[in-house]
Amino acid sequence: MLVLENIGKTYSNGVRALDGVSLTVPIGEIVVVVGGSGCGKSTLLRLVSGLDRPTDGRIVLDGEQITAPHEKIGMVFQEPRLLPWLTVADNVGFGLQARPREERDERVAAQVARVGLADKAGVWPRELSGGQAQRAALARALVTRPEVLLLDEPFSALDAFTRTDLQDHLLDLWHDGEPTLVVVTHDVDEAIVLADRIVVMRPRPGRIAAEIAVALPRPRDRESAAWDAVKRQVLAALHGAREGAREKATEDGGAMWW
Amino acid sequence: MVADADIAALDATPSGRARAQAAGSARRWRGVGLGLIVPVIAAVGWEFFVRAGLSDGRLVPPPSRIVETFSNLAATGELTRHTAATVLRVAVGFGLGAAAGTLFGAIAGYSALARSLVDPTLQALRAIPSIAWVPLFILWLGIFEASKVALIAVGVFFPVYLGVMAAIASVDRKIVEVGRIFRLTGPAMVRRILLPAVLPSFVVSLRAGLGLGWMFVVAAEFMGAAEGLGYLLVDGQQLGKPTQIVAAIVAFAILGKTTDWILVAITAPFLRWEDVVAHGEAR
Ligand SMILES: Nc1ncnc2c1ncn2[C@@H]1O[C@H](COP(=O)(O)OP(=O)(O)OP(=O)(O)O)[C@@H](O)[C@H]1O
Ligand SMILES: [Mg+2]
Repeated sequence: MLVLENIGKTYSNGVRALDGVSLTVPIGEIVVVVGGSGCGKSTLLRLVSGLDRPTDGRIVLDGEQITAPHEKIGMVFQEPRLLPWLTVADNVGFGLQARPREERDERVAAQVARVGLADKAGVWPRELSGGQAQRAALARALVTRPEVLLLDEPFSALDAFTRTDLQDHLLDLWHDGEPTLVVVTHDVDEAIVLADRIVVMRPRPGRIAAEIAVALPRPRDRESAAWDAVKRQVLAALHGAREGAREKATEDGGAMWW
Repeated sequence: MVADADIAALDATPSGRARAQAAGSARRWRGVGLGLIVPVIAAVGWEFFVRAGLSDGRLVPPPSRIVETFSNLAATGELTRHTAATVLRVAVGFGLGAAAGTLFGAIAGYSALARSLVDPTLQALRAIPSIAWVPLFILWLGIFEASKVALIAVGVFFPVYLGVMAAIASVDRKIVEVGRIFRLTGPAMVRRILLPAVLPSFVVSLRAGLGLGWMFVVAAEFMGAAEGLGYLLVDGQQLGKPTQIVAAIVAFAILGKTTDWILVAITAPFLRWEDVVAHGEAR
């Protein structure tokens, strides 16, 4: 279980990126975080990943406080971030260096095939398309079998077709080990297709504005009325979060005026 | 299924790579051929010019006389002796300068504190024209090998230092974060992320350093040497033997190009991942 206890983050330049964020994510749940630009979504993921440390509160995974990158937590970034000097297979096996060679090769081959890149295992990353590169990055994160996988706008740089394709693919891969997923996205449809629960954030400082459980049966039908209902709910929450932020800004402005 | 995938992977890539390499080397040979046209025409033209009696070729000797001087020098063993002396100086000076440049560059690139400590001093020293050190080196190290090697090492040091420092300081934070996510320790981070990331710029700075090494060996041998290609230059000037001067210049050109090529050839296997197109253009 992943628990965020009253997380706050102030950057060294004084920006209060997150304030009082609390969230409990049971094992295997898929949580999708949405919210306007700059409301602290990436910051939140970086704190959970252990790349950065919160200024307030704690992050606890299975009773263990997270203060640095942890072997149970994997991360996929917005860009593939493959290492250009390693082949696709070696990139995927990057986190398995400590394992015996045989086991590593076997797991890498299986994972590479699983993301549909078997014929690309021996090529350099520069020879991959954007979608293929992101799939390799997904394989690299999954091959270590993390308990929690964090994805920060993983498909936002891809075209709409590749994106829906990879969303379905991600759900399919999720069934392998059923890790906890925390996904950040700007795309409401992406949020609805993936999420068990959607967390809507609002900015300045970043807080959780609303949580929406998505109980639609899987596989989800993007054309259904139930889908539309959820979508309206999410859009309303996003709108509310933005309005709330604006109101607060004028309030602050007023206070400053006095 | 896994086995199938493996076979497919083995099958699909090497042939593609071989084809790319074949195309690359064809392009390279064509580049070499085109590059040779101008010098060959110039040499053959000058040869005819002199043979036709339009010039006596005393101050600018034609290729045939240079070849003759070359073979004379080679026959007496002089060529080997002078070349060996020069190559040894460059090798030792380059080795020392490149090692020191790499070490200081790596430290200054890695730690901001170290950079603020040593970089201003080194930049100030860099502003001094290296030849200006010569008198001091001679006082400190004597007129023999040590002062020559020191001058070469100083020449090699700066491009390597600057190149390594800039390369390390500019390694993409995003790629370093990948290493952090996989919990690499300090040495593993250096070996698996930083070193491969800086290797291309490192090779570029080594090549720049080597070029300066060849430049400085001439300066070093001008300041009084009993042997070396630079000595042949001075000797040729004092005794009025332009063929010997040109022969020595040609030897420098061949050596400079060859050592640069060796450096590239040694490092090429580690840089195969770079863009093929960029490689084709670089040579
Ligand atoms: N390294 C940093 N140093 C200082 N301030 C930062 C840093 N990273 C982010 N911020 C600030 O923190 C706030 C939240 O940024 P964050 O990147 O988490 O937003 P986001 O929700 O991911 O936005 P987007 O949807 O555009 O990616 C912003 O105001 C941003 O300017
Ligand atoms: Mg972001």
